[in-house]
Amino acid sequence: MKATVVQFPGCNRDRDMIAAITKIGGIAPQLAWHTDTELPESDLIVLPGGFSHGDYLRAGAIAARAPVMNAVRAAADKGVRVLGVCNGFQMLTEAGLLPGSLMRNSGLTFICKEVILEAVNTKNMFTERYNKGEIIRCPVAHHDGNYFADAKTLNQVEDNGQVAFRYAEGTNPNGSLNDIAGVFNAEGNVLGMMPHPENLIESAHGGEDGRRLFESVLGVLEREAA
Amino acid sequence: MSVNNTRPITPELVAEHGLNEEEYQRIVELTEREPTFTELGIWSAMWNEHCSYKSSKKWLKTLPTEGPQVVYGPGENAGVVDIGDGDVVVFKMESHNHPSFIEPYQGAATGVGGILRDVFTMGARPIAAMNALRFGEPDHPKTKHLVSGVVSGVGGYGNSFGVPTVGGEVNFHPRYNGNILVNAFAAGLAKADSIYISKAEGIGLPVVYLGAKTGRDGVGGATMASAEFDDSIEEKRPTVQVGDPFTEKCLLEACLELMATGAVIAIQDMGAAGLTCSAVEMGARGDLGVRLNLDDVPVREENMTAYEMMLSESQERMLMVLRPEKEAEAKAIFVKWNLDFAIVGETTDDLRFSIHHQGEEVANLPIKELGDEAPEYDRPWVEPGTHSPQEPHVFAPPDDYSAALLHLIGSPDLCSRRWVWEQYDTLIQGNTLQLPGGDAGVVRVEGHDTKALAFSSDVTPRYVEADAYEGGKQAVAECYRNLVATGAKPLASTDNLNFGNPEKPEIMGTFVAAIRGIGEACLALDMPIVSGNVSLYNETNGEAILPTPTIGGVGLIDDWNSMARIGSADAGDVLFLVGTEATHLSQSIYQREILGEETGPAPEVDLQMERARGEFVLAAIRSGYASACHDISDGGIAIALAEMCMASGEGATCDLAITYPHAALFGEDQARYIVAVDDEWANMFAANSEGSGVSFERIGTVGGDKLIINDLVDISVEDLKTAHESWFPNFMGQQQFADAAE
Repeated sequence: MKATVVQFPGCNRDRDMIAAITKIGGIAPQLAWHTDTELPESDLIVLPGGFSHGDYLRAGAIAARAPVMNAVRAAADKGVRVLGVCNGFQMLTEAGLLPGSLMRNSGLTFICKEVILEAVNTKNMFTERYNKGEIIRCPVAHHDGNYFADAKTLNQVEDNGQVAFRYAEGTNPNGSLNDIAGVFNAEGNVLGMMPHPENLIESAHGGEDGRRLFESVLGVLEREAA
Repeated sequence: MSVNNTRPITPELVAEHGLNEEEYQRIVELTEREPTFTELGIWSAMWNEHCSYKSSKKWLKTLPTEGPQVVYGPGENAGVVDIGDGDVVVFKMESHNHPSFIEPYQGAATGVGGILRDVFTMGARPIAAMNALRFGEPDHPKTKHLVSGVVSGVGGYGNSFGVPTVGGEVNFHPRYNGNILVNAFAAGLAKADSIYISKAEGIGLPVVYLGAKTGRDGVGGATMASAEFDDSIEEKRPTVQVGDPFTEKCLLEACLELMATGAVIAIQDMGAAGLTCSAVEMGARGDLGVRLNLDDVPVREENMTAYEMMLSESQERMLMVLRPEKEAEAKAIFVKWNLDFAIVGETTDDLRFSIHHQGEEVANLPIKELGDEAPEYDRPWVEPGTHSPQEPHVFAPPDDYSAALLHLIGSPDLCSRRWVWEQYDTLIQGNTLQLPGGDAGVVRVEGHDTKALAFSSDVTPRYVEADAYEGGKQAVAECYRNLVATGAKPLASTDNLNFGNPEKPEIMGTFVAAIRGIGEACLALDMPIVSGNVSLYNETNGEAILPTPTIGGVGLIDDWNSMARIGSADAGDVLFLVGTEATHLSQSIYQREILGEETGPAPEVDLQMERARGEFVLAAIRSGYASACHDISDGGIAIALAEMCMASGEGATCDLAITYPHAALFGEDQARYIVAVDDEWANMFAANSEGSGVSFERIGTVGGDKLIINDLVDISVEDLKTAHESWFPNFMGQQQFADAAE
């Protein structure tokens, strides 16, 4: 299995993501730079969190127009799995690879805390190791995580089973519509989510609920490789 | 268009530069003629209080700064301390008080940016940040605006840069109404064999400008920070710099990449007094001259004068002496990160600081004298007065102890700071083991299986006001205690000394006494001062802040699997008080919040006892039989117990030995801890306490959903939490409403 983490100037959870993939998958991911026009052969492409280009203009907006994003789009079109976490999620919506957009948190401040999530659609290679309806812990850390989509898009997302995770039991930290914390694309090979599963993978983090997301997506890849 | 350097030097102009007549005469002597306008700016930048420490140097020299663990003490960008296995921790605390009062968001943001740069200039990747914030009384019309701006500024910079903020302080007091304090701490991790310092070596080597472009922001900022405020303060807004955390993050990565290539001979960040201070420091330390050509300095505004370029405090900039053969490699790194890289001068052998602009030499000054010959004052000072002790019976007891405890736990200085720290990224880098809200923030050491570092910042300004010597000792002792309570061995500390106008003998006396206390405590507790910062002239219209010498401490945890937390007690655990029954209510939170007075002496700190109890508690935690631990500080043992209950969600039933109930519950006697011990180990813990001669008392048991203390206190943990968590959101909620209505 080959995972690639794409780095943009201003990314800062790329190191957390690289550590999580290395610890769980057993192999360090390949790295790509935002100006690259081609990506190494990959089974999983990850757009990590942070403040690419300082979040200037709009969170993820400048990164979404970086040269490397053409290669990400081409790979996604071919069915390669793409995971965007936090700023990576914002890039994917800005690039049109995922529906909806992420607005300023309803409380208007940055928020870093642990929330609980409901695993909504678990018939997917990203989430298959969670049980449908399972409640898991996961931290969030963002300023612009308020998921919004117009009524038609929102209905489609719900009807197609594109909701991956919802904030559970009144923990919606940012005003997201339908408590949406993470969404798939229509094909199910692109996942964007605001919470940070990479920050809850080992005992030092006080829990391991984020681990199964990586086990799912990396484990599936291992089976395919075998 | 050329800009001229011929503005006549008048007495008014000299005064505007914060220089007195005597200082100016000395400048003329050292320059060997009347200085040019640019030269006057350079002298004033180097000789202001902020850069020269002219009022404080004499006393700072008395602080203990050495120890086998100390690699670099004060004098570099940050202190460097050995943590074993070839790793070092690099840390410092620095104030950004004046700018934060004028423009809270940018003032606080650039304070965080400045301290991060101090750490990564030395080759360390920042791994933790803290912020000690002090505001005026909550009801003051500016307070909410300042809290909101400072907290979002701290978060806005630190979160974007990508460093976890793991601790700090937030306090309120009317004496900060006109001068808030923003003390920013940062720590980084580096390898002992790849530390970079500012001392340049070699003649004729390129001096390289790195990072962001130079603008007019912050011109004269350091001089502003060396003066009192008056009502014209709004006019000073243009002297506050604007931060760009994105550029700083790129600069971090570029600098670390550059250092790995071996291209760097010396490097210095451009902080206060920007280009002037950094160039002079690199040259003077290395016994070299520096020649700069300002035409090559990257600028973002047109027609900047030499004066403006030399005094600009634009952020996210560095100056470096480069190995010439590595130029192409070095430049490529900065191009990759889209940062400026410009050779702006060279080192020389003439010990002159020579500045060229538009074909003209605009300054030529003796480089060593700029720093070394700065005035050093032995300012007149008077020994602060003392207060006679007050027995517990002179303080009125509360009518209802439960109500008093609920009131205190929900008061501005003791309530939960969650509203603040949830706006900071506390988790980034994936190494945070203990969040704000406990005794100390804890971060594991990347690349090591078991080691972690603990960080705490402490001072109790009302104690320092009452007794500067004891208050100085107490600041260090409380920091020591907070580190110990997690299971960390305290290693070293940094000091951020915030005081009023040193030209007033009473203020200077407080400063001198506080330093004496800090020095004694650092020596006794083996926490040498390895870096620091002095902020004087914190006065508005003649009223000074409470004396606030903030201590930032760093401790080492050998194995984080056995560290203690405030909230890790389990039902059935036995609670021990390490220490004795409290009797000291003078200057306590109880006295201030319940009785509405602040009188009497500060609690005394017995440093030998402090160390003996600290070492005992540390050994208990490291041996694994302390399931939870918390130090007893503001508000006394009742508050400490309540905090442990709220953190664990478990109640406790306690039966304390009591002479004066209100003093026993709320007294603020020092050197005390609460330790929770598994029932199975309780007898062993007691036997060990006796064996080591440490006073202790078995005070109760963990469990249930209420905190019960004798027949005095009976409150549900839920009610405690509600009171504790409500104050800050309610207070700031009104702010949001007010902003929306505007």
